[in-house]
Amino acid sequence: MTAAVTVSALKVRLGDALVLRGIDLRVEPGEWVTVIGPNGAGKSTLLRAVGGLLKPTAGDVALFGTPIARMPRRVRARTVATVAQSPVVPPGMVVFDYVLLGRTPYVPPLGRESATDLAAVSDVLSRLDLDGFAGRELETLSGGERQRVFLARALAQGATLLLLDEPTSALDIGHQQEVLELVDQLRGDGGLTVLATMHDLSVAGEYADRLVLLAGGEVVADGSPREVLTEELLARHYKARVRVVDDGRGPIVVPVRG
Amino acid sequence: MRWTWLLAGVAAVLVALVAGLAFGPVSLPPLAVAKEMLDLLPGVDIHSGLSEREAAIVLRLRLPRVVLGLLVGAMLALAGGCYQGAFRNPLADPYLLGAAAGAGLAVTAVIALRGSAMGEGTSRLPGGTPIAAFAGALVAVALTWLIGTAGRDRSTAALILAGVAVSAFLTAGQTYFMQRNVDDIREIYSWLLGRLATNGWNEVLLLLPYAAIAAFVVLLLRRELDVLSVGDDEASGLGLHPQRSRLILIAAASLGTAAAVAVSGLIGFVGIVVPHIVRMLAGTSYRAILPLSMLFGGAFLALADLAGRTVAAPAEIPIGVVTAFVGGPFFVLVLRRARRVIT
Repeated sequence: MTAAVTVSALKVRLGDALVLRGIDLRVEPGEWVTVIGPNGAGKSTLLRAVGGLLKPTAGDVALFGTPIARMPRRVRARTVATVAQSPVVPPGMVVFDYVLLGRTPYVPPLGRESATDLAAVSDVLSRLDLDGFAGRELETLSGGERQRVFLARALAQGATLLLLDEPTSALDIGHQQEVLELVDQLRGDGGLTVLATMHDLSVAGEYADRLVLLAGGEVVADGSPREVLTEELLARHYKARVRVVDDGRGPIVVPVRG
Repeated sequence: MRWTWLLAGVAAVLVALVAGLAFGPVSLPPLAVAKEMLDLLPGVDIHSGLSEREAAIVLRLRLPRVVLGLLVGAMLALAGGCYQGAFRNPLADPYLLGAAAGAGLAVTAVIALRGSAMGEGTSRLPGGTPIAAFAGALVAVALTWLIGTAGRDRSTAALILAGVAVSAFLTAGQTYFMQRNVDDIREIYSWLLGRLATNGWNEVLLLLPYAAIAAFVVLLLRRELDVLSVGDDEASGLGLHPQRSRLILIAAASLGTAAAVAVSGLIGFVGIVVPHIVRMLAGTSYRAILPLSMLFGGAFLALADLAGRTVAAPAEIPIGVVTAFVGGPFFVLVLRRARRVIT
């Protein structure tokens, strides 16, 4: 089967720093893979490269078998949708118009949205329980509501690959669960493939099929949450003292004092 | 876009048109003027009741000037709204990239050189003024673009700063010319403060093709300005080519600005304030802001010109002074009522 994402020998240089030093990664269709790693490990850079938002210095990224470098922008935008870590909130824009921007890759270059586009937005809004918010300005929404709207715009793109950069970093624990459950449900319903980055290791392990631990621009561990979330690996790469507790459902990472 | 705002914009243009044609040193009944206008439409035959002389005042003297005011106002407001969107910067105005400074230097140079060639100044601006202003504005914007995109940082901030540098440099050149030619300062100032003097339809015909191209391109791409509002990265993720869209939009807006500057001098305020007022009233989508800015910008400038030539008649108040004098307090009023301004 063709992988949803194939990253091979990917190197990315930003300024003078080699941020990614030869990454290999494969994500199968329908899989949820979360990239973890300390600050500066290159998680966001990896996501940007997979989303086609930056040009690799070396190596390749292919989405569903097609090299991303050869994809026209609009085709790429129908294949992969990104929810940025802190998306720009255009002042005064209402939810419906914002989500409608997600239909950009379907709007002819000099044309306007069709009835299909409007219907697609209405559909996404009701799937995410946002019907009542269509006319609300983004700025007036709470963090959790906003995150759902960002997700709605990404889903409106109709892409089967969803990239989430720290999707829950601004949310309280309840809203974190709400958003992640939603993504998981959409993955099940809509055949989505999810590639995310996350800081909260326990939450990352709870939702992902597979974790990829990135450190210093390299993949240092890749496997199930139980294989990656070990006290030894986390101590070595995060320089953190943690205890990993497994209650039978999966590993829970607890920071402890030395 | 709500149709009510579009209708309000069209109504504003019609009011400005009739008022601009009816009032002046010789005031005429607005209804008769409106009939005279309707009579111009193909297939319509109405007798307005104006005498031949009055009709000539309306059609030959005032109509070109009012139409010029509508066009220049529409163009400056469109260019300002387009720049604000393309740069995602509420302080952007059509002169941001040096168009004013470039045109100012070119016109000052033309007036000063003409003065020294002829020995003494005449009361009229030299014939080459519009061409010089047009060329000066375009060269300045091109220079800003070259400098602003040449470095490693290709952000819009780099481009804006390049505009500041180019403007400062060219304004210094202009000041130098003015210092060396103090006899011509009056004429130079009469151009710098903006004016809508017309010589038949010449100015309108000069502006019209460029205004048409600029308006066509910017209005065609107005959805892309909405997409750009989420930032370059996300716009790119949505399938847009942000830098390319911005280049086309800015080039078109700059062309329109240069043509407007060429026929009217430097008229401030319209380009920055009209789009903001429209945004506060009619919403934040550029699909509404741009066409409405054209309508309200045109109406505003035509009415400002009417005020400029009637309030202190027979003297004329420079239109740039009127736009700021009338528009300033009005903007403050709208600002106080607005729930939010773009940040």
